[in-house]
Amino acid sequence: MPAVSKGDGMRGLAVFISDIRNCKSKEAEIKRINKELANIRSKFKGDKALDGYSKKKYVCKLLFIFLLGHDIDFGHMEAVNLLSSNKYTEKQIGYLFISVLVNSNSDLISLINNAIKNDLSSRNPTFMNLALHCIANVGSREMAEAFAAEVPRILVAGDTMDSVKQSAALCLLRLNRTSPDLVLMGEWTARVVHLLNDQHLGVVTAATSLITTLAQKSPEDFKTSVSLAVARLSRIVSSASTDLQDYTYYFVAAPWLSVKLLRLLQCYPPPEDGAIRGRLTECLETILNKAQEPPKSKKVQHSNAKNAVLFEAISLIIHHDSEPTLLVRACNQLGQFLQHRETNLRYLALESMCTLASSEFSHEAVKTHIETVINALKSERDVSVRQRAVDLLYAMCDRSNAKQIVAEMLSYLETADYSIREEIVLKVAILAEKYAVDYTWYVDTILNLIRFAGDYVSDEVWYRVIQIVINRDEVQGYAAKTVFEALQAPACHENLVKVGGYILGEFGNLIAGDSRSSPLVQFDLLHSKFHLCSVPTRALLLSAYIKFINLFPEVKGTIQEVLRSDSQLRNADVELQQRAVEYLRLSSIASTDILATVLEEMPPFPERESSILAKLKRKKGPGNLHPDLDENRKERSANGGTADHSSTTSNAKVLLLSCMTHCFLIVTVTSPKVAASPTPSTDLLGLGSTITTQNSAPPASKGTSLLVDVFSENIAAFPVETPVAVGPVADENFSRFVCKNNGVLYENQLLQIGLKSEFRQNLGRMYVFFGNKTSTQFMNFAASVPADPTVDGGAQLQQILNIECMSDFVDAPVLNIQFRYGGTLQNVAVKLPITLNKFFQPTEMTSQDFFQRWKQLGAPQQEVQKIFKAKHSMDTEVTKAKIMGFGAALLDGVDPNPSNFVGAGVIHTKTTQVGCLLRLEPNTHAQMYRLTLRTSRDTVSQRLCDLLSEQF
Amino acid sequence: MIKAILIFNNHGKPRLSKFYEHYSEDTEQQIIRETFHLVSKRDENVCNFLEGGMLIGGSENKLIYRHYATLYFVFCVDSSESELGILGLIQVFVETLDKCFENVCELDLIFHVDKVHNILAEMVMGGMVLETNMNEIITQVDAQNKMEKSEAGIAGAPARAVSAVKNMNLPEMPRNINIGDISIKVPNLPSFK
Repeated sequence: MPAVSKGDGMRGLAVFISDIRNCKSKEAEIKRINKELANIRSKFKGDKALDGYSKKKYVCKLLFIFLLGHDIDFGHMEAVNLLSSNKYTEKQIGYLFISVLVNSNSDLISLINNAIKNDLSSRNPTFMNLALHCIANVGSREMAEAFAAEVPRILVAGDTMDSVKQSAALCLLRLNRTSPDLVLMGEWTARVVHLLNDQHLGVVTAATSLITTLAQKSPEDFKTSVSLAVARLSRIVSSASTDLQDYTYYFVAAPWLSVKLLRLLQCYPPPEDGAIRGRLTECLETILNKAQEPPKSKKVQHSNAKNAVLFEAISLIIHHDSEPTLLVRACNQLGQFLQHRETNLRYLALESMCTLASSEFSHEAVKTHIETVINALKSERDVSVRQRAVDLLYAMCDRSNAKQIVAEMLSYLETADYSIREEIVLKVAILAEKYAVDYTWYVDTILNLIRFAGDYVSDEVWYRVIQIVINRDEVQGYAAKTVFEALQAPACHENLVKVGGYILGEFGNLIAGDSRSSPLVQFDLLHSKFHLCSVPTRALLLSAYIKFINLFPEVKGTIQEVLRSDSQLRNADVELQQRAVEYLRLSSIASTDILATVLEEMPPFPERESSILAKLKRKKGPGNLHPDLDENRKERSANGGTADHSSTTSNAKVLLLSCMTHCFLIVTVTSPKVAASPTPSTDLLGLGSTITTQNSAPPASKGTSLLVDVFSENIAAFPVETPVAVGPVADENFSRFVCKNNGVLYENQLLQIGLKSEFRQNLGRMYVFFGNKTSTQFMNFAASVPADPTVDGGAQLQQILNIECMSDFVDAPVLNIQFRYGGTLQNVAVKLPITLNKFFQPTEMTSQDFFQRWKQLGAPQQEVQKIFKAKHSMDTEVTKAKIMGFGAALLDGVDPNPSNFVGAGVIHTKTTQVGCLLRLEPNTHAQMYRLTLRTSRDTVSQRLCDLLSEQF
Repeated sequence: MIKAILIFNNHGKPRLSKFYEHYSEDTEQQIIRETFHLVSKRDENVCNFLEGGMLIGGSENKLIYRHYATLYFVFCVDSSESELGILGLIQVFVETLDKCFENVCELDLIFHVDKVHNILAEMVMGGMVLETNMNEIITQVDAQNKMEKSEAGIAGAPARAVSAVKNMNLPEMPRNINIGDISIKVPNLPSFK
């Protein structure tokens, strides 16, 4: 029996709708609508009280008119009146009108709130549901203020009906989203977690959504949800498909709930409790196994539901990033999907693999699929899928396959969809630079980029190629030759003219020896493009000409002739005219020496983060930071500088194009014992005894003073404030950094802090990246040291900390971050992962030397030993990588027992150097380790032992 | 989170729009138009996911859609939702509509906007999935209808109107929505392009 019988429609409404549908023109439609609006208005205003049926009819008409895109500016009051009706039909239509049409109309909100309050206390589940829906759909601040306390009570009350509980959970979630400050944690939190055990799966689904959001905000409060979620998931995964009755969807047991539970678990690191961890691993394995079983139904709904769970399980495995076997299985599964006939699965597989590529354990496994991905790029019919393939190629790129990937992306670029060309250009430019072993390849690649997709090559890209050519002597001659050849083409892109003009102006002399590219030929070639170019390019070419006068005195006459022509000297554009006049004058009055000085070759650019990368990040938005993480993981080619000074007479505007605030802070980390700071958790400034902030050395050019001004303003305007009432210091990711230097240190809903660091002897440098994950600006941003006071939505701010180790230490410094988001001041305190082992220098030694020193360090206080249970799987390769990441040299063949690990190194501090020997004896049978450290200083032995033992 | 649920026909005429984030009325209309342009130009049998339009948040949001005969069902979601999960949810939604309206067609959505909203409200609330179990949803809708009937009394009389309207000469003749595997009799109607 159909739930809605077809015959119960409203005649007036039906007639009105068919009238509208029969209108032949837009004008006729508007006329009919206006007539109806007038009719309704008069009915509402009329003296006769309308019955429920009429009210409902008119409100439906208004809804229909609204859907067609016409403003509705009346009827709100009538809708509000309907709310207080005792009839379900009327109440319901009133709520519908309000949730579709009212957003936060303040004068009505208090009336609406009143009606909601009555319904919430009515104890009638239908009315309560209507009211909760209304709160969730409107979600205004006034509503949050009125009901943020009431909704949790309804949610956890013992006598609440299941359907109301469901609505209350999602209503609370909505309020937490719109006004997080008003939803206060309380005794209800613990009880919410227990909803995960509820009988009714609908309640569990809603509760899981709620807990996931709350746990992102305050993970500590909801930690207990992990074990409950694992238990629930395990019951679902292992149940027969008929156990869950209605919640079985096309033979898959509660797929939506499984997905939600797996999402919840992604808010937390792998469970510490071995039993829970084991159970979870079992679940994940079962899900992976099920993927290999023959499908229980041929219907697409079955495979969609099954794979929704599978993809979520894979995301969790990638998030945990700790079980190499699961990671490899996940990768293989995704590999199968890459060739699946369902386009949706190929799309999702490409997307998941992108995140998998940044895991150390599976990067190699991902790389084996390169041919399939390239094939997808060439043969997929759907642009969304091709775009994912580009993303994945970018993520899997490293030194070994860079040339192949860049070549494939370049050839794809020629036929790529216009919508994604710019992004591909940026990606190619970044990869070409990052993995360039020889820079001739880099120059070729960028010139090809300009040739294939010149319109999509942004300024950052061609600035960068110039910058690299200027900074690298070995490539200059080649670059000059290549651009000269490229310019021969009858039609070439303006960006090529820019690069050509700049490079020939600087290095044209390197190819002038060949008669085919003599100075005059070079000049004629450039000048043949001049008239086709825009004003900025012409300006750049004029600068190139004056540089030619210095490089090749023999063409001086020709060039002066050109400068003197009316089209230059009397050019309507003031910039061009000025350049022509000034250059002409300069060339005629200045002596050769002066000319040579003024027009000297450009000095190397200062090293800086590539502005292309920054641009890509801006383009991709905060949600998509993984290429950056990927970059953290791999080594970074150390060359830099943005091509700020685009030509000799560059203006300050260009200079500021990609300016990122660089504040250098020299932080001296000393042991708290030595430094006179009372607690280790004072801010960085309090810890150090020698602090200096200085501006990066600005490039020597016209814009210098402006750049300095920009910096000094920041510093003056934002003195370091002593942080007020800082919350608990976040250190959950701290131990992950003991054996590695790069990664994400901290992340909450608003902010992501990434680190990249390098250490040498007793010195270190740490790049801290603050990423704004939201779409709005952070104001008054201060991170212990003066930083750029605003961080735009989606933008990243970078800070560099210089670190010096004075003597051995235990406590790590804390980075305090303060900023204003929306109206509220946010405080974040994060422990910086600066640990003693960072100042390790590995020492290679023979077996004989090792044991000799081992014996010398035999005093009881010099040795520290610890026996502990393995927390991770006891994989030899992983252990080796960890010891090397720890900083010690891994000595092979020293220990008579080959399964033991032996390491040696020296800890450098400013005052002394401490030799360290370590030995790790795994016992796979008992799942235990014994770690022994001997160093010449007892505190060092103890600290290193503590740090390293945490890692296994 | 689900940001918006849109249903429009092959010509881009909106049949249902539900936004779970606040936009001005103008922007809402623009989003519907933009989404229609993005979705309608795609071939059949390509993948059901694509990046959202600029107005609704660009690449941070995804559009997940299904095309049934004359209608497009589009869910705009952020990264916290499972793509395949939402695809399944669209299917549940359409199957539920089909059960409630008995062979649902485009006209049912036009003439019963309020009912469609009610059914949707049983599934999605404030942008989050509330209930996925079709039987549960239908039970709720049934209960509402019963209440409605008991309250309506004589007022709900003029019933023949709709069938009369359905036989009028309409510019877009509806075809039945084809839902996966449920067998639906497709009446022999001329197709209008």
